[in-house]
Formats: sequence, C-alpha cells, structure tokens
Amino acid sequence: MAYRHFEFIEKHVWLLGILIAIMVSLGGLAEITPLFVEANKVQPAEGVKPYAPLRLAGRDIYVREGCYLCHSQMIRALRFETQRYGPYSTASESVYDRPFQWGSKRTGPDLARVGGKYSDEWQRLHLVSPRRVVPASNMPDYPWLAKATIDGTDLQARMRVLVRLGDPYSEADIAAAPEAVAGKSELDALVAYLQGLGVDNVPHAPAAAASSAPAGATR
Amino acid sequence: MPTTETFNDHVVRRFLLASAVWGIIGMLVGMYLAAELAWPFWNFDVPFLAFSKLRPDHTFGVIFAFGGSALMGTCYYSVQRTTHARLAWGPLADFTFWGWQLICVMAMVSMPLGLTQSKEYAEPEWWIDIFIAVVWVSFGAVFFATLARRRIQHIYVSNWYYGAFIIAVALLHIVNNLAIPVSMSKSYPIYSGAVDAMVQWWYGHNAVAFFLTAGFLGMMYYFVPRQAKQPLWSYRFSIVNFWALISIYMWAGSHHLMYTALPDWVQSVGMAFSLVLLMPSWGSAANGLFTFNGSWHRVKTDPAAKFMVLALVFYAAATLEGSTMAIKSVNSVSHYTDWTIAHVHAGSLGWVAMITIGSLYAMAPRALGRPAMHSHKGMEVHFWLHLSGTLVYVASMWLAGVTEGAMWRATSPDGSLTYSFIDSLITIKPLYIFRWFGGVLIWLGMWVMAWNLWFTAADARLHIIKPVPVPVPEPVADQLPPPLPATA
Repeated sequence: MAYRHFEFIEKHVWLLGILIAIMVSLGGLAEITPLFVEANKVQPAEGVKPYAPLRLAGRDIYVREGCYLCHSQMIRALRFETQRYGPYSTASESVYDRPFQWGSKRTGPDLARVGGKYSDEWQRLHLVSPRRVVPASNMPDYPWLAKATIDGTDLQARMRVLVRLGDPYSEADIAAAPEAVAGKSELDALVAYLQGLGVDNVPHAPAAAASSAPAGATR
Repeated sequence: MPTTETFNDHVVRRFLLASAVWGIIGMLVGMYLAAELAWPFWNFDVPFLAFSKLRPDHTFGVIFAFGGSALMGTCYYSVQRTTHARLAWGPLADFTFWGWQLICVMAMVSMPLGLTQSKEYAEPEWWIDIFIAVVWVSFGAVFFATLARRRIQHIYVSNWYYGAFIIAVALLHIVNNLAIPVSMSKSYPIYSGAVDAMVQWWYGHNAVAFFLTAGFLGMMYYFVPRQAKQPLWSYRFSIVNFWALISIYMWAGSHHLMYTALPDWVQSVGMAFSLVLLMPSWGSAANGLFTFNGSWHRVKTDPAAKFMVLALVFYAAATLEGSTMAIKSVNSVSHYTDWTIAHVHAGSLGWVAMITIGSLYAMAPRALGRPAMHSHKGMEVHFWLHLSGTLVYVASMWLAGVTEGAMWRATSPDGSLTYSFIDSLITIKPLYIFRWFGGVLIWLGMWVMAWNLWFTAADARLHIIKPVPVPVPEPVADQLPPPLPATA
C-alpha cells in the first residue's frame, strides 16, 4: 500500500475504527472458532457424570476461595510432570468445569489427580491448618470452611443454570440435591471435591462403571 | 465561538489524582500479598485477607484501577491536544470518571468476599461486568466523538493506539465474560473446560496486549516526543508497527497453554505468532528510543524523560523475554513457576508503571497550571526507588522461577524425581523475602510521587488555575509528508 492509502485511513476516523476492529478480530476468529467447534465435540469419558451435588458445592467453594491462583489442575504432557502427578490431563476431563480450573501458577502442587492420594482426615486437617501436616507450607489456613454449611436451595438454583448450559442433570438429581448436602459443612464439600479429582472425571473400568457409584461419593 | 474554547482538563486532573491513589492502594495490596507468601501468618485466618482471596485485588487494583485511570486521563489529555478540540460530551466524560471509580471500588470490595468468576484478570461478577461494559462504551463514545470533531485532519498515531485499546478491550471483555447468573454472587460462564481455557487466555493475553501495551504505547507516542521536544523518529515506522502489533497480538494467547490439553495446532500457532510479535514490539520500542536522538542530554536533567527511556528499555527486554518464553521448550521450564511472575512484573513495573509515571510527571504541571513539578529532587528519589525496587523484584523472582523449573524436572540417575514439591518451595523462600523488599521500595516511591503531586496541585486545590485555550490551527491544504529522496 502506498502512503496515500494510509493517509486516507488516518484522515477518516470511521475507517480507522472499522479496520482496527477487523484486524483485532482475525486472530480470535481463526483460533477460537475451530476450537469452539472441535472442543465442543469433546465428550466426557464413558460413565463420567456431571458433579454430584456435594462435589458441585465443593467446586464452587474452590472457585470462591481462589484456590486456582496457587494450584493448577493440568498435568502437562511432559515426562517429569507425569512422573510427579500421574497421567497427563485430557480435554475430556474438564468438560464439566465452568469455569475451567487449569490454573497458571503452582505456588502449591498440581491437583488434577490429587483424589485419593491423601485420606479425608488429612485433607481436613491440611485445609484448616496446613502447617500442622506440612511444616514448610505457605498456604493460608481456611478454618471458616468447617463452620459454614451448604445451602441446598441455592445449590438447586445452580444446578438449574447448569442444565440450561447443557449439563445432563435430571429433575430427580436436582430434587435430591438438598438431601445430599443436608448438614454438610463447606469443608466436607471441598474435601469431597478434592477426593474426586482425577477419580470421578476419568474413564472408569467397565466393572466399576457397571456398579455405577454416584459421581463424587467419597471413598 | 470556537476561538474561546478551552481544553477540558478538569476530568484529566481527577483521573490523575485517582491514578495516584489507586497506585498506592494496588501496590500496598501487592506488598501485603508478597509478605503472606514469605510469612504465612500474615493471613491472620481472616477470610478476606487470605492470599487466595486478596490476590485479585492486587491485579485489578494495579491494572484496571491504577493503569485504567492513568490511561483514561492521559487519553483525554492527549486526544484534545492532538486534535485541537475540546473533549466531546463533557458530562459523559465525567460519568466515565465516576463510573470507573465506582467499578474499581465495587470490584475490590466484592472479590475478597468471594464474589469471583475465577477467571484471571476478569474476576468481578456479572453485574460489575455489565457496568464495566457501559462505562467502557461511554469512554469509547467520548474518545471517538472527540476525534470526529477534530480540527486537524490527520489523526495522530497516539490516537490509533488509544482507539485500538478501546475497541479491543470492549471485544475481549464482552466475549470472555458471557455467563448465566445464578444470583448476585454467582454465575457460570457459557464456556467450559478447554474452550473456556482458550477464551480466557485469549482474553488474558490480550488484556496485556491492549490494556497494558497498546494503551500505554498511545501514552508513549504522545508523551515521549513531547518530553524529548523532538518529532517522532519515524512516522512511517509507526504505521508498520501499529498494524502488525494489533493484528499479531490476538493470535498469541495460546502460548499460555503449552503442553496442556489444548489441541496441538493452536499451541504451535500461538508460539509462531509470539515469535513474530517480537518485531513490532521492538519496532515500537526503537521508535520511542530513537526519538531521543539529539536530545539524550535531557535524560540527565529531566526525571520524566528518564522514566520514559527506562520504560522503553524494559519494554524491549520484557517483550524479548515474552517471545522467548513462548517457545515450547523454554515454556516447559518457565510455566507455572515464578518466572512468569518475574516476566509480568518486568513488563508492568518496568514498562507500564514507568511510562505512566513519566507521563504523569510530564502531564501534571501542564494540567495543573504550574511551570514544573513541585520537587525535582522528589522525582529523582522516586526514580531510583522505583528502579532499584523493580530490579530487586524481577531478579529475585527470575531466580526463584528458574530454580523451581530446574528442580521440578530434575531426575536422579535411576530415573526417579530428585526433589519433592515442597523442596522447591523451601529453596525459594528467601527469594520471596527479597521480592517483598523490592515491593516496599516501589511502594515508598509511589508515596513520594503522591506527595509531589499534592503540592504541585496547590493552585488547583484553590481553584485558581486558568483553563488552557484550544489553539485553532491555520487550515493546511496538503498534509502529505515530503516524498522520500529518490534512490539512484
């Protein structure tokens, strides 16, 4: 383009604005559109259900407390990663994560497959007072989680929104939610969430799938 | 009566003040967070003080409250001067000021209480997002309406950058925050999993590109020639850099997701564009630095120019580092470590904060009706505090990041991992203390600036400054630059 073409652009504000809008849209369109089509085809593995009520409450507590700022949930396809944390993460494992929790920083370790690595009791103690079990840790204490309880009605409202977004909860699932979380503390919910990470969202062995334990039941 | 028109500097002065205040608040939160990482007892078992709850206040506070106020203020200041026209729609401009301040307060109160979307740099909940969109569109309306009533036919380069910044941030903000609300305190995004990750880092990366780069380049293109008292080194070069920068940046977001479950081709495209991006980045830095050719002596005597030159050097360094970190093999070391933190702060403390502070020192006396800043020495002290703090901060986090990256991948001769995760944390803990100390130096510098601005604004506080009249230019028939000399 000769200079006079640029001169024309730079003397007409509407043209400048339109061209800027086009130029900044190209990259996003080229990368996100195919990905949107491609990734929306990603299905959860056989037998993987959306978060059970207690774990859903736990996931939302994980989000609320900002855990994603120090913990990733994305094991990269690198040998030293799989050696430390287990098999690398796949896209199908996070289809029910709204928003995604892949994280960007590890001040603490990755949690994508932390489920079952520690006992429930260890997780409780660690969340309430991390330095009692890991003396060198710099994680904050979260004692308030043990005192707060889960609101079943609010949880039903959340599940209804997730249904609108496409998560396959049935009316029966939603109706049963308050009972599933009755009397549970936020700490119970968060521990249930953590204990299912890398367990409930991965393909089950056929035998296990047949017995079909409700997703998120803590073991 | 266009000849008696004056510049609307009232709204500019308010943004100037807000920027200084938010700078101190945002950096105070950052300093506190750094202390929490070094000494966890600072969390005090208080929910809203926990690192994980407070951290969005630091990022929002410095990027959107401090940086946003500075950008909107300098944008309103420079668009009037480069178009020789008073700001259009004065009441709407006032609305953008109060609206933006309200947004910052609402966001910074609600996020530590747990109202968060957990998308980095886009944490505020849906009702704040709607308000942000309204204020942002108003900001764009004021800006483009001012351009439309310009008296100079040609639109100066700083305005292209401010324009791109406004358009792109609107696009990014709206697409990334699409969500269905459950209640005032909770919403779910319409995207999930891998798609959400891609949308978020398209946003996250380009928030850096258009908020922290394009906007501040607009600032640079106005204030650097102003402070060097020379025209821009190459106008033609700025055209190339502008169109290349705004189009390439948008492709590079996926370099935040290397080796993840994102499809491989997106990662590779992101890496390739990140490398190409180095060219317009260095082009812009070079254009700014070469503008000082012939007036380098000013750097000795003018602290504002000093801040600007260092800002451009840090910009060049941080963009080189960024492109390097987007190479997959480098990224396998740097990702998830404090190296990322070092890189971000080299860019934000080195480039963004320094160009802002330089521009504020250049703009403040003019907007406040004074011949110069209240204290020259104060600016010098601020410069050295800020520079030494930034170097301590970046060096310690860089060292910490490389240490983590190396320890996480170290294997013993038998093939097993050498270190447990906690080993790496124990090793870098002293560096967290150094980082905190660097933050303290920077924060003290911000107080020196606030003190200096307060006394420079003495006349403004007494309402005795005269409005600056708008110069009405002679009509120019042809504004084409002279043709390039013919080559043999």
